[in-house]
Amino acid sequence: MKVLVPVKRVVDYNVKVRVKSDQSGVDVANVKMSMNPFDEIAVEEATRLKEASVATEVVAVSCGAAQCQETLRTAMAIGADRAVLVQTDTELQPLAVAKLLKALVDKEQPQLVILGKQAIDDDANQTGQMLAALLDWPQATFASKVEVSGDTAKVTREVDGGLETLSLKLPAIVTTDLRLNEPRYVTLPNIMKAKKKPLDTTTPDELGVDVTPRLKTLKVSEPPARSAGIVVPDVATLVDKLKNEAKVI
Amino acid sequence: MSILVIAEHDNAQLKGATLNTIAAAQKIGGDVHVLVAGAGVQAAAEQAAKAAGVAKVLAADGPSLAEGLAENVAAQVLALAKDYTHILFAATASGKNIAPRVAAKLDVAQVSDIIAVDAPDTFQRPIYAGNAIATVQSADAVKVITVRTTAFDPAAAEGGQAAVESVQAVSDSGLSSFVGREVAKSDRPELAGAAVVVSGGRGMGSAENFKLLEPLADKLGAALGASRAAVDAGYAPNDWQVGQTGKIVAPQLYVAIGISGAIQHLAGMKDSKVIVAINKDPEAPIFGVADYGLVGDLFQAVPELTGAL
Repeated sequence: MKVLVPVKRVVDYNVKVRVKSDQSGVDVANVKMSMNPFDEIAVEEATRLKEASVATEVVAVSCGAAQCQETLRTAMAIGADRAVLVQTDTELQPLAVAKLLKALVDKEQPQLVILGKQAIDDDANQTGQMLAALLDWPQATFASKVEVSGDTAKVTREVDGGLETLSLKLPAIVTTDLRLNEPRYVTLPNIMKAKKKPLDTTTPDELGVDVTPRLKTLKVSEPPARSAGIVVPDVATLVDKLKNEAKVI
Repeated sequence: MSILVIAEHDNAQLKGATLNTIAAAQKIGGDVHVLVAGAGVQAAAEQAAKAAGVAKVLAADGPSLAEGLAENVAAQVLALAKDYTHILFAATASGKNIAPRVAAKLDVAQVSDIIAVDAPDTFQRPIYAGNAIATVQSADAVKVITVRTTAFDPAAAEGGQAAVESVQAVSDSGLSSFVGREVAKSDRPELAGAAVVVSGGRGMGSAENFKLLEPLADKLGAALGASRAAVDAGYAPNDWQVGQTGKIVAPQLYVAIGISGAIQHLAGMKDSKVIVAINKDPEAPIFGVADYGLVGDLFQAVPELTGAL
């Protein structure tokens, strides 16, 4: 069984982004970029499926600028066997990425696509579900456990109020939540090995996909600031303030 | 304009998130219809019909919709989509699961997690874990939207008299099936809609210590929450997680105990009306957003606070 894992290059989660003064976006010049953390969990899960001899090949995919090659090399250092970059400098929105991924799925014919549930830059939480719709495949989003046997995947999902388990007919789409696994540390020997693994490049044009953005960003602004209040000396003062000043208890 | 709101419910009862989503629909303007798709949803559909500002309720009742499977519910929405300019879901686990499937099938962009309506085609939404707010405009014929419920005051639950119309339920896709559900039973209010939330962080130290928060939550009538660090450490169940990747809450009172205040966590609670922080580290970022901070040992302060209420 082949597993496809799309990965996105995003501003590292430790970076506190700054809004540009002209409100055209956030400043991503000279900030550290990394693989989207949810995608790292997806690569780890696919790698574990291969180590358990459930998957035979893990293919990592990224869509975006040439620098996404670094993200793909990281995916291969974790355990992906090869990688495909869909290279473009156009801003890619989730629907466009889902269409690019569909074109690649048609070519690669994987039985399972594992994606991160959302990217930590645009926080859209759409691509996996959109890909499932375009392919008419079943989906299990926000997965905390994935078991593949024969032609079905049993997936436990994190939902409001607890967990739910679904059975999907393969081929299928799974998106990862935080507790699916803890990605391994990438070792130097594996980074070296990843450099020798194959990385193919294609373009939206070659895949026949129109990636024109559908949403126009009119502006990006700072969120309203919340200022710090006061430090109270003891519990009695706290209770007094909550009762008589804030009047919330 | 005509707007279809997809109701959030557990088949028996309408969930509060539906009322917030109706409120967002009213900000857009136009006729607001509500789709209640499930099995045995008559009572929930009647509840939706009573909500203020609803013009019509569509009830799709059938076994394929009983468990809210994305494939089937999306097909149900698509069967009705042609009559609407906007399709709104609450940005809950269920809404986030289904909405993009509808959008992709309609070949339109989705606008996720809106916090304000500037115009019928222009919306504000948080990006980068709430560290920036994007104003986006959609040129698509149909706008598929998920609504951050805490950003919109709920529509009144009573006062409307909409007609309930039955629509044919879709057949099962055969692609996925429901296996089971583990839902934590609790007498406490639901986290996402609670008026008071008591949350614990890594500072609690263990799952055992987390129980210290229960008497306090009981006194305050509060829901219990947790930081990602506490959930990852196994101190609290995953559905308690407050933060950008967990639940977004905006209660009247949020009590953060042993929580340092990572950006990720702040994104999930900084719209709370009053924030109280108890932490032994005076430098903890949580004090930067707290209205009332208490620097001290939570193992002393929490029982003392519980006793004083």
